[in-house]
Amino acid sequence: MNDIIEISGVSKTYASGFTALKGIDLTVRRGEIFALLGPNGAGKTTLISIVCGIVRASSGRVMVDGHDIVSGWRKARALIGLVPQELTTDAFESVWNTVSFTRGLFGLRASPAHLEKVLRALSLWDKRNSRIMTLSGGMKRRLLIAKALAHEPRVLFLDEPTAGVDVDLRHDMWQLVSRLRGEGVTVILTTHYIEEAEEMADRVGVINNGELVLVREKADLLREFGTKRLSLRLRRPLAEVPEALSAWRLELSGDGGELTYLYDARDARDGVGGFLDRVRDAGIEFTDLGTTESSLEDIFVSLVRQRQ
Amino acid sequence: MNLEAIGAIYRYEMARARRTVTQTIVSPVISTSLYFVVFGAALGSRIQSVGGVGYGSFIVPGLVMLSLLGQSISNASFGIYFPRFTGTIYEILSAPVSPVEIVLGYAGAAATKSVILGAIILLTAGLFVPLHFLHPVWMVAFLVLTAVTFSLVGFIIGIWADGFEKLQIVPLLIVTPLTFLGGSFYSINMLPRPWRTVALFDPVVYLISGFRWSFYGIADVNVGVSLAMTAVFLAVSLAIVWWIFRTGYRLKT
Repeated sequence: MNDIIEISGVSKTYASGFTALKGIDLTVRRGEIFALLGPNGAGKTTLISIVCGIVRASSGRVMVDGHDIVSGWRKARALIGLVPQELTTDAFESVWNTVSFTRGLFGLRASPAHLEKVLRALSLWDKRNSRIMTLSGGMKRRLLIAKALAHEPRVLFLDEPTAGVDVDLRHDMWQLVSRLRGEGVTVILTTHYIEEAEEMADRVGVINNGELVLVREKADLLREFGTKRLSLRLRRPLAEVPEALSAWRLELSGDGGELTYLYDARDARDGVGGFLDRVRDAGIEFTDLGTTESSLEDIFVSLVRQRQ
Repeated sequence: MNLEAIGAIYRYEMARARRTVTQTIVSPVISTSLYFVVFGAALGSRIQSVGGVGYGSFIVPGLVMLSLLGQSISNASFGIYFPRFTGTIYEILSAPVSPVEIVLGYAGAAATKSVILGAIILLTAGLFVPLHFLHPVWMVAFLVLTAVTFSLVGFIIGIWADGFEKLQIVPLLIVTPLTFLGGSFYSINMLPRPWRTVALFDPVVYLISGFRWSFYGIADVNVGVSLAMTAVFLAVSLAIVWWIFRTGYRLKT
């Protein structure tokens, strides 16, 4: 079975009447890194909370590695590790005791060797006897990850894992996630940092207003929705775009010194070579050129705006 | 049954008790000693005996119950409320742990602490007055049953409370008055008739009476009734806890 998580028709309406999720269908493949993107209040955390058993779905079904999260909740939950969005930790307990507690909660016997490996991987080994209240915010964030990994989960949910952490720690976490993927752990992360999804994810899902807008391979998404830009620095400024080039999507800078060609990677007709030939035919000379392409963030913003 | 999880919750809660030993053990022991000084030595010298038992000895079961009820509720309510307050409850709710296992861990630890406290108070009392255990097995049974029952009550309060103030409301405004009025320091037979009848509506009367019977063989109400009432409290508490988990009340949305 290639899919480790199967979400079918999951909806959630809270007692207040607010509908957080509207018939979500989603599958997550075994061993992949899946990024769930969406603005605040889109339903990301509700969806994760339902899969983890913290929130009850109003309708629909969720399977984790073949186990229904309602009828087979014990087996399903045993496979899942969750790093919550908030820094929710005990204050007075030691690092070692709190990760031991989590392992026990998941029904596993004590394994000092495994816990040492996890704490070392997260640079917390030296702090193992420290009270949690003495840790910095970044260390607490790592501790939450250590707790989620204490019971050797096969699926790891990271809900905004790098919110409020410094750049170094963010990169450390990215490396950790890559290592986990190497060990066969499926990682589902929600994030506001598109850079994070772009860096790590194999596939990307965009959720907005409780609806899953799309799910694509990251590379496909960039290719499908991404716009490339070829900018030419002109030897002589133009007053306007020449008639011979009117069929092409072009932008001329205010001073007429830069001509930018916007093209879509899906459309073979818009090849860069062909465009440059037409430029030369039109007698336009340029001194420099450069290309840029849309980031995942541009695509995300564009998709969300389209839906609003 | 996820025994490892029950053990993890139990150990975690017992570790918390060790960290707060002053609050959990020392404070009730000092309070109890003060009760002995005030009621046993000062007032007790003016009351010869109650039902043939010296007044100092007579109040021991009531004092144990007073601390047992308060601490069982306090330990269990704080134990489950604190994770809700800090948000760490997500860990319990997302773990492969059943409601029964969660209750066994939290209420079991709270009851254990209360029973240990009861034993310490008895030892402390033994320093002031002579003690007799006419029915030691029943004494332990009443002690454990009451500790478990009121730990469940504490668990319910810990789920119900949405602030630290509410955690204190039930123990301070309901349980402590009922314990004082339930015959901790006197036999309800010492009350005038109308008040004796009113006192029988106080459920704590049955707990203290049965517990005192196990010490000295004297009781305000029949011991069978005391035992039945204790069982009823336990059953009601279990039913409410079951309802909480079935509906997800204050735990799951």
